[in-house]
Amino acid sequence: MTPLATHRKYCTFHVAGRFLGIEIERVQEVVRAQPFTEVPLAASAVRGLINLRGQVVPALELRHCLGMEARAADVLPMNVVVRVDDRAISLLVDEVGDVLEVPETAFEHTPHTLEPGERELFSGLYKLEDRLLLILDTDRAVAAGFSGAGADAAVKEIP
Amino acid sequence: MDDEVLSEFLIESNEMLDQMERELLASEGRHASPDAVRSIFRAIHTIKGTCGFLGLKNLQAMSHVAEDLLSDLRDGVAAFTPDVSQILLAVLDASRRALSDIEAGGEEGPADFSGLIARIAAVQAQSRAEVAPAGSGAPAPSPEEQALTHEEFVAVAKKAAAAAASASATAPSAPASIPPPLAAPPSPPPPAAAVDNLPVMRLTPVESEPPPAREAHEAPQAGATIRIGVPLLDKLMTQVGEMVLVRNQMMQHARRIDDGPFAATMQRLNALTTELQGSVMKVRMQPIDGALSKLPRIVRDLALETGKQARMVIEGADTELDKTILEAVRDPLLHLVRNAVDHGLEMPGDRIALGKPPEGRLTVRAFHEGGQVNIEISDDGRGLGLDRIRQKGVERGLLPADYAARASEQEIIGLMFIPGFSTAEKITSVSGRGVGLDVVKGNIEKIGGTVEVSTRAGEGTTFKVKIPLTLAIIPALVVRAAGQRFAIPQASLLEVLHLEGSRLRREVESIHEAQVYRLRGALLPLLHLRAVLGLPAAVDSDPSSPSPMNVLVLQTDGRKFGLVIDDLDDTYEIVVKPLDAGLKNLTVFSGSTIMGDGRIALILDVAGIAQRAHVFSQELRAGRGAAAPAAQKPKTTLLILEARDRGRMAMPLSLVARLEEMPSRYIERIGGQEVVQYRGQIMPLIRIFSMLHERRSPERVASDSLRPGPRADPDFIQVVVHRVGELFVGLVVERIVDVVEDALEVRRPPARRGVLFSAVIGGRVIELLDIADLVRRSNVLATLDTRASEPS
Repeated sequence: MTPLATHRKYCTFHVAGRFLGIEIERVQEVVRAQPFTEVPLAASAVRGLINLRGQVVPALELRHCLGMEARAADVLPMNVVVRVDDRAISLLVDEVGDVLEVPETAFEHTPHTLEPGERELFSGLYKLEDRLLLILDTDRAVAAGFSGAGADAAVKEIP
Repeated sequence: MDDEVLSEFLIESNEMLDQMERELLASEGRHASPDAVRSIFRAIHTIKGTCGFLGLKNLQAMSHVAEDLLSDLRDGVAAFTPDVSQILLAVLDASRRALSDIEAGGEEGPADFSGLIARIAAVQAQSRAEVAPAGSGAPAPSPEEQALTHEEFVAVAKKAAAAAASASATAPSAPASIPPPLAAPPSPPPPAAAVDNLPVMRLTPVESEPPPAREAHEAPQAGATIRIGVPLLDKLMTQVGEMVLVRNQMMQHARRIDDGPFAATMQRLNALTTELQGSVMKVRMQPIDGALSKLPRIVRDLALETGKQARMVIEGADTELDKTILEAVRDPLLHLVRNAVDHGLEMPGDRIALGKPPEGRLTVRAFHEGGQVNIEISDDGRGLGLDRIRQKGVERGLLPADYAARASEQEIIGLMFIPGFSTAEKITSVSGRGVGLDVVKGNIEKIGGTVEVSTRAGEGTTFKVKIPLTLAIIPALVVRAAGQRFAIPQASLLEVLHLEGSRLRREVESIHEAQVYRLRGALLPLLHLRAVLGLPAAVDSDPSSPSPMNVLVLQTDGRKFGLVIDDLDDTYEIVVKPLDAGLKNLTVFSGSTIMGDGRIALILDVAGIAQRAHVFSQELRAGRGAAAPAAQKPKTTLLILEARDRGRMAMPLSLVARLEEMPSRYIERIGGQEVVQYRGQIMPLIRIFSMLHERRSPERVASDSLRPGPRADPDFIQVVVHRVGELFVGLVVERIVDVVEDALEVRRPPARRGVLFSAVIGGRVIELLDIADLVRRSNVLATLDTRASEPS
């Protein structure tokens, strides 16, 4: 790393074996698992509503937004609360990692080897020493979650 | 330019213009009070001054000329003529336009107002002429006292014309001749230089006039109020709501702790929190004036446009209500007021002929009553043309012809709220387009309000709008379905029914797969909340004895339906939190709230549920329940029957009092008439299908009779109970198929007597029965009348 290179900070987390990051300035806070109030008829990525200190915040299952398989029922998700158009939205992830600082010059565009539906939801990636850090396009991921795009069916399954 | 200074200026100027408008409209057509003139003068003067400070040259030039006119008026050297009032309103409009240009672009628009300035000067000259001839320095005499010879008049008029021309020529360069506004002394300012150039007679200002009490009037207010942004208010509300929840939780803990001082502290915290909540709620309250202040001007302009005379009176403008509600009632009120002028008030000539003053009177009265805000919009016009509405209702197929004459006043009035219903004979720019009262009612109901109408022929009409004080905290009933809690606003809840045992079996019936409940003789369609929301259906442990049913009777859009829920919790005052934008497409929910235990409950939107479930429609039966976009066509709810030839017939559900299945052995005969004893009456039976012309071939009739329909049980008859006044008439049908809702768009002329028309409903041709004709031809009413007079 040259000292001149500008660095960017990412809040990192794990979802279904992938290592993902969101620009730190988009992340409002990280909260442990919260009780949900389910929203009938909503897209299946909408896991429910959580009470974030008096604010009602929708929680989106990120695995679902990305078209990945569901999390094991006994694993509690973490809430990564992001800001989208002045709204607070919680993204449910498996595990939260450290805040990483990476040089901007190392940024690469998303390779074509990813699934097309998935590729759209990432803005790019960083090749770290031992692994890839995929950068989530937060706005698109949230929009996909609410619209029921990706792996989602039009009607919510009844549990 | 400093943005903050500019935005202050915009807000202040707009407020002053609003004030000016009120004064102008109040004094229009009358002698303007000195106070009113001074107030208008001050508004214009202040705008002019600030314009100079901010470098807004064009607006400054125009307000300067207007100020000059006002200065004459104030000093009594010019008369307050209708033209003056008209031109000042034009000044007002031009200023508003300029301000909105400035607001949009941060700079003044290109308009330089030269035309308007010329017109102001012309009006000034004329209005001076009204006063001038009498003038010798004494206070302005009334017009009656003026003696104006023809010669004088011509001379003055000529001068006025010259003045107008010269003003028009000099106007574009006017800013150059205006003294620097900041250097101008505070009120009263000296006559401006430009005026001295005008070749018009001048009077000296009346010295005895008291100086405008501007400072004295405004000073105390300056430090007493501050402006704060709405987002901050909303945040405050959220925080207080959260604090209430924390308080509730602490109260629960406190009960387990036996500590005197702690309990006392807790008590204090409790009281303080409640007080704080009250105060924050109060901060959000605004006088209703915010929604009413624009109305007088609209009434005036509309009256001018329609050639009517109207005067508007506003009472209770200081009645307070929540900010969000204020926004929500603005448009509905505007609509009702426009309607009142356009439809309610008569032309001046007609009014005089009726012995009324030519000027119509419009009253808007706002007041608090029973925890609600009441707003009454009354006119003293002709009243609603009930007969015309009735006739239109029959023409449009909304009101059965045989029933029309007996329909109550409220039923007739109710027709006006049906989408697309309009009796306006010609389309004006304000009404008669068929969009209107239904939207008004919809918008009012959306915020938990109601609209009532009362009318007296020849005396006027009153629209009574009742709305809740606030939307932020509403009383709601919390219910359970499939283990989840849902809140239902009390405003749409009519009653709660608990049905079990025999009552459940007797009074809930399935028409096909849609359930209906007989609520005091009327059919109430039932929806299951679980089904509407796609939640797993409840399973009865013992199918032979169905578990009790809790039914909420809800009302939306003037229609009732029953919502079946699992369980009732309790009623609470809930703090409404809007749903995230990503969930706004879920119209079955209007928001969410946080319960005492910190968990979230969704608030059900009653209108959204009715719409999604298509109460009465086939969508529900098919189990799809897809939320189709609401059709704007008026829909009729129909009872679908199967005739003997397997053809489908229909009748409006509004004509159905009850549905009965009766053992055939109950049928008795009086003369040739089949009757049954029913609810203490002798109810004649009409076999309606026998009265219709048989279309089948004799062979087909024979073969059909060999394979009876699915429910052609000879031991029972299916009776649709129809009510004619106080009397019941039983229509015997083969089979009741369904209840559907349809706009009845595709109509074909009837093929046989007893049928109004045929229509395509759900892909099948269905004949609409002419019940009135069938009842009349059957002669049962005549039979009934004779029998009714016999002793029983």
